Amino acid sequence: MARLTFKGGIHIYDGKNLSKDKPITELLPKGDLVFPLVQHIGAPAKPLVKKGDPVLVGQKIAEADGPISANIISSVSGTVKSIEKRLTATGRMEEAIVVANDNEYKKIEGFGQERNYMIMSKEEIRKAVKEAGIVGLGGAGFPTHVKLTPKNEEKIEYVIVNGAECEPYLTSDYRLMLEEPEKIIGGLKIMLRLFENAVGIIGIEDNKPDVIDKMKELTANEDRIQVKSLKTKYPQGGERQLIYTLTGRKLNSQKIPADIGCIVNNAATVAAIYMAVAKSVPLTHMIVTISGDAVAEPANYRVPIGMSFSEIVEAAGGFKTDPEKIVFGGPMMGIAMYTYDIPVTKTASALLGFVKDEAAVEESVCIRCGKCHEYCPLNLMPSQLQMFGLHNDYEKFEKNYGLECCGCGCCSYVCPAKRSLTQTIVRTKQLILDKKNDTSSNHN
Amino acid sequence: MSGMFNVSAAPHTRSPITTKSIMQDVIIALIPAALFGIFNFGLRALLIILATVLSCVVTEYLYCKFMKKPVNPWDFSDVVTGLLLALNLPVSVPIWMAVLGGVFAILIVKMLFGGLGQNFMNPALAARVFLLISFTSKMSSFTLEKVSSPGLKDFLRDGALVLDGVSGATPLGQLKAGETVDLLKLFVGHVGGTIGETSTLALLLGAAYLLYRKVISLRIPLSYILSFAIFALLFGGKGFDVNYLLGQILGGGLILGAFFMATDYVTSPATHKGQIIYGIFLGIMTGLFRIVGTGPEGVSYAILLGNLLVPMIDNLTRPVAFGRERVKNGK
Repeated sequence: MARLTFKGGIHIYDGKNLSKDKPITELLPKGDLVFPLVQHIGAPAKPLVKKGDPVLVGQKIAEADGPISANIISSVSGTVKSIEKRLTATGRMEEAIVVANDNEYKKIEGFGQERNYMIMSKEEIRKAVKEAGIVGLGGAGFPTHVKLTPKNEEKIEYVIVNGAECEPYLTSDYRLMLEEPEKIIGGLKIMLRLFENAVGIIGIEDNKPDVIDKMKELTANEDRIQVKSLKTKYPQGGERQLIYTLTGRKLNSQKIPADIGCIVNNAATVAAIYMAVAKSVPLTHMIVTISGDAVAEPANYRVPIGMSFSEIVEAAGGFKTDPEKIVFGGPMMGIAMYTYDIPVTKTASALLGFVKDEAAVEESVCIRCGKCHEYCPLNLMPSQLQMFGLHNDYEKFEKNYGLECCGCGCCSYVCPAKRSLTQTIVRTKQLILDKKNDTSSNHN
Repeated sequence: MSGMFNVSAAPHTRSPITTKSIMQDVIIALIPAALFGIFNFGLRALLIILATVLSCVVTEYLYCKFMKKPVNPWDFSDVVTGLLLALNLPVSVPIWMAVLGGVFAILIVKMLFGGLGQNFMNPALAARVFLLISFTSKMSSFTLEKVSSPGLKDFLRDGALVLDGVSGATPLGQLKAGETVDLLKLFVGHVGGTIGETSTLALLLGAAYLLYRKVISLRIPLSYILSFAIFALLFGGKGFDVNYLLGQILGGGLILGAFFMATDYVTSPATHKGQIIYGIFLGIMTGLFRIVGTGPEGVSYAILLGNLLVPMIDNLTRPVAFGRERVKNGK
């Protein structure tokens, strides 16, 4: 069978060998746990605790505020020390609940209770996902209960598990799928209960043949689940690329996957759905990859949300060489930070330390080579869009589909003149969207 | 934890390919043709190459100094221009003319229009045509003095051509006069012409390297050569005459032009569709110049004309984003 793929995209050094053979190991936190109220797209969660309150593992310490928001669950037991601004991996200071760990890990009642999702009602399933505070763990952080509640659930034809993990260096999804595949399959079955007219597809890049084999073996008797091998190419795990590759349907920025009959969730999110619904375990832990050429012992850890990355760096033997750059997330779309004393959140699940900052290069003039266009998975003309952005020509930017940019970074990666294409385009897009939001809210 | 780490927006990794590495690749790809030119036409060819390259590099340096602009970070784009210009000159041109060509290419065509990436014509070709128009006889004289019993000195001066007394008549000239050409000699390049255009073999070697390094794609060269071949087949008046068709393709500047000049990033369309349209346009124009026109050659004119159409082609082939319908002009 021909390998499934899409047009554009890049083949890039993936660095996964550094950590792909390191099994997931548990880490216990030493210091305080920090739970920012914004760990998702949408409104900040509303705190349910105040300074001095005792908290338990699995306790909801902040609740979704509004239709697009998510609960925050404590990952330890202890006492609320304060609610204060803390730096997060988004680069912003966010209001956060700081919990002093009592190291007893006392759990709330019902934590870990088995439930048979085959007899649960759809409402019960959605409520369990919402209560567990699950958001898209691939980095976007869109609240999962909202995603699982589309307008016409009977029109959903594909429920897709994104197991591409196309970002270089990241191996947490790989380890999860390899070590705990039953969670992925269980989570997918739960979603298929919600969408009765859909087939489930697990899409995995073909650089993970062991996972593909295992998943195929485990789903051999599931007639509603398919496992598909995808050609390894960045950004195969991008929502639009993945949907197109698996279904041939094309999504643009003006639509959501549900509009074209698809629901897409990343592997870690699907596992979280399984744990929340079938095991009554809310989202308290993340699997993180710590890697990069500066890290002494790259590894994959299961850590509580709220734990500081500096403790994780320490567990990984620290840095063998002083890094020039620290990235939270993958090197293509992650966020660089000046410090790593930052809590693990639902959207920050990897730390990469690089000896050399490859992006610290001098920009030169565009030589019109057209590589940015050739490798753009969305068929945009990034060199032109950058010009429109630099000249604040928003009208032309929009007319040339600038708002379609998904920020994958391919254009900046391939540019021989090392121009900051993605950076300018993403910023311009954000400016335009902000302006649109402003005017629409003024009218209301 | 001491010190701060670099902060910048994603992506945090960059491909090893740079403007400089691309220019280096082009230079490497032109070396076989340049070496063959020196072998074919003697050491004087090397002198011409040095003259154009030096004049290009020095012109660019002086321009930047004089205009108080940051001096070009030695990206070798001026070397490429100089090299291409030399390969497009007959070996017999006076040195001052070669130097003048280099100055024209860099100063007038490249720097005055904004430097690298802004020139609307290929600088080397524009300079060639400038010289061709200004000094027609010197620029189109390919004849070499015949030596009855050539010694080493003659060989160094006049190259391999003197050995068997090949006259400087270019293959295209012969075809235009209705003669046939020796295809093997033509393929190897043991014929008259400009310094770098004669050896199809050497040029294809270089082109293969550029294709392998993904510096160029086949879209422009192939659509160019194929459309020209079809034009020659239909309107050449010879029908399916292999000697004539291959002579037209291998002779003259078509191979050099198609692989090394028409593919110039700055002056060719950016979209795949645009590149194919551009190639076809060049093929037709070259056919018109060579077959309908009075002169035997037309590659330079065709490419320069094509250069002028690039903004229009780019505009016509504006890509539509993945998953979107075309946005009409003016909405």
